[in-house]
Amino acid sequence: MIQPVPAIAATGISFSYPDGQVALAGADLVVQERERVALLGPNGAGKTTLALHLNGILELQEGSLSIGGLRLDRSSVDEIRRRVGVVFQDPNDQLFMPTVSEDVAFGPANLGLEGPELDRRVAEALTAVGVEHVTSRAPHHLSGGERRLAAIATVLAMRPDVLVLDEPSAGLDPAGRRRLLTVLAGLSVTQLVITHDLPFALELCPRSLIMDGGRVVAGGPTIDLLADETLLARHSLEMPFGIDPSLLLKRPSPGATTRPDAMT
Amino acid sequence: MGAGHAHALYVHEHSPVHRLAPEAKIVAAFAFVFAVAVTPREAIWAFAIHGTALVAVTAIAGLRVRFVAARMLAILPFIAFAFLIPFVASGERVELWGMTVSREGLWGAWNILAKASLGAMTSILLAATTEIPDILRGMGRLKVPPVLTAIASFMIRYLELIAGELGRMRTAMTARGYDPRWLWQARPIAASAGALFVRSYERGERVYDAMLARGYRGVMPDLDQHRAGASEWALAALLPLAAILTSAAAIITT
Repeated sequence: MIQPVPAIAATGISFSYPDGQVALAGADLVVQERERVALLGPNGAGKTTLALHLNGILELQEGSLSIGGLRLDRSSVDEIRRRVGVVFQDPNDQLFMPTVSEDVAFGPANLGLEGPELDRRVAEALTAVGVEHVTSRAPHHLSGGERRLAAIATVLAMRPDVLVLDEPSAGLDPAGRRRLLTVLAGLSVTQLVITHDLPFALELCPRSLIMDGGRVVAGGPTIDLLADETLLARHSLEMPFGIDPSLLLKRPSPGATTRPDAMT
Repeated sequence: MGAGHAHALYVHEHSPVHRLAPEAKIVAAFAFVFAVAVTPREAIWAFAIHGTALVAVTAIAGLRVRFVAARMLAILPFIAFAFLIPFVASGERVELWGMTVSREGLWGAWNILAKASLGAMTSILLAATTEIPDILRGMGRLKVPPVLTAIASFMIRYLELIAGELGRMRTAMTARGYDPRWLWQARPIAASAGALFVRSYERGERVYDAMLARGYRGVMPDLDQHRAGASEWALAALLPLAAILTSAAAIITT
């Protein structure tokens, strides 16, 4: 049987910042095509640094990375950046052009698109996240939720194969968070979602990985990881107060069919 | 402070002046101001023609008199000086409203008043009919170095954010009992300016990362396809052309 080519395959990625601080210490990661995987972990675990590696913004110091079978090196970095869209933690870092539509057009224009084709690409991306009404507004005049969705649109406009989202639900109100969940669940690209929002991970991603100390230390079905209180506690994670993790296992996992009588 | 003000000068309308390509408007505004500047001050009739032409374009642009007048007040501090000239200048004295003033000084004051008002009104007209991103794009097409237009556009984009950050730092200081009144209490302000610089610098790095992530390779794409055609250049040239002819006639006759 032919093994499918994984969307993301990272092996032994290590990275230290110029001041000597070690951010990644041999991180391994495999994400299959069209999979939605949550990357959980405490602050300083190296999640964001790993994200910056996935489209070649930080240069590999050690280890290797392939996206859809294409190995990252100097010659492939442009194509890797097209394939992997990174949505940064702070949408204000992502939205730097004077208007939203220009910002969404920035990526595809760098890919060489222009004219009506470029306009179509922009409209398509804005519609995909449902913010087509804010095109000509300035980014600082948007609400937090709209800004987050617009930031996602700027990346979708490049038609990436893989979407990497860094803390997408941070700072959103429940309505904005719900809207974001609906949008992300509706996208058919491979997604790696970095988050501490465990219920968010549970709802969106069937599988999760836990990162700590610069490497991936655990992985499995999200529901199993979140039900394991000792595992979570070891990596400074915990479910919100009032939710009994043992109940999670009894709940049917998303997509699974369980007959009510099978529970008793 | 804040980038909200960046758009405060713009008036949303759909006039022919608004529709003109920005590069044509920028050149027209500069040419007009130049023609006004070289008009001899004695040719009062020429200034009347300049003024009328400018008012006509303002009317076509659909700007209200009150809007323009309110913004014209901005030049008051600059022309206040002009009102002093007739009193302090030397030379032949003339009687005016019961005061003895210098004839040369009167002409000097008139010169500053007329040219400054026309110049200010021109820039108000340009700003009211052209959004800032368009002005920057127009400047780019007029071969202003892209580095400069990119810096200006980033400045406009992040001004409000940085101002907001400063405001939050200020609030945080006030919340902990800091209420500066004297100069020797300024140290925390200076420190916060430094912190603000470092934060902005770090944001700059993150923005650059975000640009790289979307395929930036050193050149900002020009996203607007609307460029000035021959007819637009011709239309935009009407105002400065009239001014140049008037000015030339004034130079010849005086």
